[in-house]
Amino acid sequence: MYQLLKQIFVTGLKTETPPLPDEAMRVIGQRLEQAILDKLGRALVIRHIDAGSCNGCELEIHALGNPYYNLEALGIKFAASPRHADLLLVTGPVAKNMQVALQRAYDATPAPKLVVAVGDCGCHDGGTAESACIFGESYASCGKVANVIPVDVAVPGCPPTPLTLMQGILTAICGAKA
Amino acid sequence: MQFLDQPLEFTALPGALAAFHATADEAGLVAFASQVKQSGRRFIALWGSDERDRNAGFALHVAFGIGAGLALVTLPLSAENPEYPDLAAIFPAANRMQRTAYDLLGIRARSGPEHDGRPWLRHANWPADFFPLRRDTDSSLQFDTCNEEYAFVRVEGDGVHEIPVGPIHAGIIEPGQFRFSVVGEKVLRLEQRMGWKHKGIEKRFEQLPLADAYRLAGRVSGDSTVAYAWAYSLAAESLTGCTPPPRALWLRALLLERERIANHLGDLGYLGNDAALSFGLSQFMRLREDWLRLSGALFGHRLLMNSIVPGGVAHNLPAEGGAQILAQCDSIEREVRILKDIYDEHAGLQDRFLTTGRLAPALAAELSVSGLVGRASSQTWDLRTQNPIAPYDQFDTQIVTHRNGDVAARVTVRFEEVFESLRLTRLILAQLAEQPAGELATRLPAAEDGAFGVGWIEGWRGDILVALTAGTAGGIRRCHCHDPSWRIWPALEHAVMGNIVPDFPLINKSFNLSYCGEDL
Repeated sequence: MYQLLKQIFVTGLKTETPPLPDEAMRVIGQRLEQAILDKLGRALVIRHIDAGSCNGCELEIHALGNPYYNLEALGIKFAASPRHADLLLVTGPVAKNMQVALQRAYDATPAPKLVVAVGDCGCHDGGTAESACIFGESYASCGKVANVIPVDVAVPGCPPTPLTLMQGILTAICGAKA
Repeated sequence: MQFLDQPLEFTALPGALAAFHATADEAGLVAFASQVKQSGRRFIALWGSDERDRNAGFALHVAFGIGAGLALVTLPLSAENPEYPDLAAIFPAANRMQRTAYDLLGIRARSGPEHDGRPWLRHANWPADFFPLRRDTDSSLQFDTCNEEYAFVRVEGDGVHEIPVGPIHAGIIEPGQFRFSVVGEKVLRLEQRMGWKHKGIEKRFEQLPLADAYRLAGRVSGDSTVAYAWAYSLAAESLTGCTPPPRALWLRALLLERERIANHLGDLGYLGNDAALSFGLSQFMRLREDWLRLSGALFGHRLLMNSIVPGGVAHNLPAEGGAQILAQCDSIEREVRILKDIYDEHAGLQDRFLTTGRLAPALAAELSVSGLVGRASSQTWDLRTQNPIAPYDQFDTQIVTHRNGDVAARVTVRFEEVFESLRLTRLILAQLAEQPAGELATRLPAAEDGAFGVGWIEGWRGDILVALTAGTAGGIRRCHCHDPSWRIWPALEHAVMGNIVPDFPLINKSFNLSYCGEDL
């Protein structure tokens, strides 16, 4: 126990300043009333859904919980059920086999709800550009998240860094009118 | 040449990897597979290809790990009746691969009394007679979803009930379906159903240029991007006769060991967390973040994606990089040793780890389990030692094994592999310092239509196989990527039997298998 406490003490606080929202990531105008946003503050509950990613995005979403980014310190936490969530954080592309599950999770999330699409595959169409969804669209892939459910904020990157992810989440709950 | 006293005549494939190919008839394949099993060698993978446009029907390909390297056996199948003997009778691990081969290509294992004919990747989202990997199939077609009941095996008896889980899980984790049959807290049976993340990767390869598709290979399973990109590059280099410059090979090994350490650090944190020691998660995730940040600063990508390219590597190590990595190795090693002491001494943690989720060595062998999970159950396989390609032939990688096969054993193997990889990293850096700053990549020559190559790399999870056939005009005819998770997932079904339901997340984490790597 002494060793454990000593390690905590020696490590100290590592949390860094969170980034500012980035309006460039917004896909559609803020749909929530300012009054709701004020009530929400940053007490945001996120349900993560992997709709078919390569799991790279998941690794960086995990990193949001580490002591450097410490997302929970901002009042933002991940929930186990879409019924408890304000925001769906969806990585893509949406595999055809996940389409119904994603739609059901979206339907199960109480309104008003926000959706943040994550990663180049979750945000972009297929094609030959460097940032295109590398898996394309086919018999097995529906492509980007917006092809299946409405998306408020898109966070591109392959995968996006934890800082960019934080920016995307904070953008979704900031009050700017687009 | 011949192996295992079998008459099959193998020819060596060109390239750095010791790989051999033979064409067999049914009897020859079954006899060879049986001999592989009897002699304690390994079954690696099974997949198919459509050769009808070359007037050769279909083909079944089976990869085995034999002492000399990788033995690949091809069985030609007729175009009209593409059937082959059920290899799952010899290697149970072949079951899901055979079902996948049917779902994607329409080639069928001949039904025996115990034959499992349920679909695997096809979830009624495309018709049963639509085979996406057939060359005359239009894979851009999309179909309406129809609901389908999957025939989970039911456990009958007093007080038995089922817990359905997934496909969306309760954490930040990939989707998959688990059906538990339990009595009270005790798990009687777990049955997995995967394929939720199937996004047609193998078909997608056929639309990409051979020289660029390393990016797709590196996204089959993002946590193993380095290993996949290396395996793909090895296959591309083998079929084009390209040899990367020596410095590129040392850099590849540096990247592969960085990926191994990054993943082990994360897993060790989550294993503490799943046994209610959140201190472990905070500490290890901090170390992992430090590790990823240096990777990002030195190689331009935190997870090292797109770093390995056919012919070499994309980035050199910056001038000060070696010293920075060495300093980080020292600090990480010091901290991990402290944390290992804390884990070892923590009674509550050890109580959860010890004897939990045991995979007995004999069962691991029967199920063809390799990689980290296999090594924790006495399966002494590590390509870096047994079939080393350059630069692993330059040093003696120590295989870390354990006999107990429980969560504690898998934790121990991870700790020891971190220390071993740190040792290797220092050796690699010493070599890099002596190497002249030469070329980083050799230009990949044009591939001949139909040329074939394989790559086989020991990633952090286990051995990753890429089998690549070149197409016309610099394209790809067929590319099969094979994740070790294929063979380890079924072992998880056995490891949880008799454990309590709340220990499942811990056991699952100690395996930490890839969903997307299997779903493709």
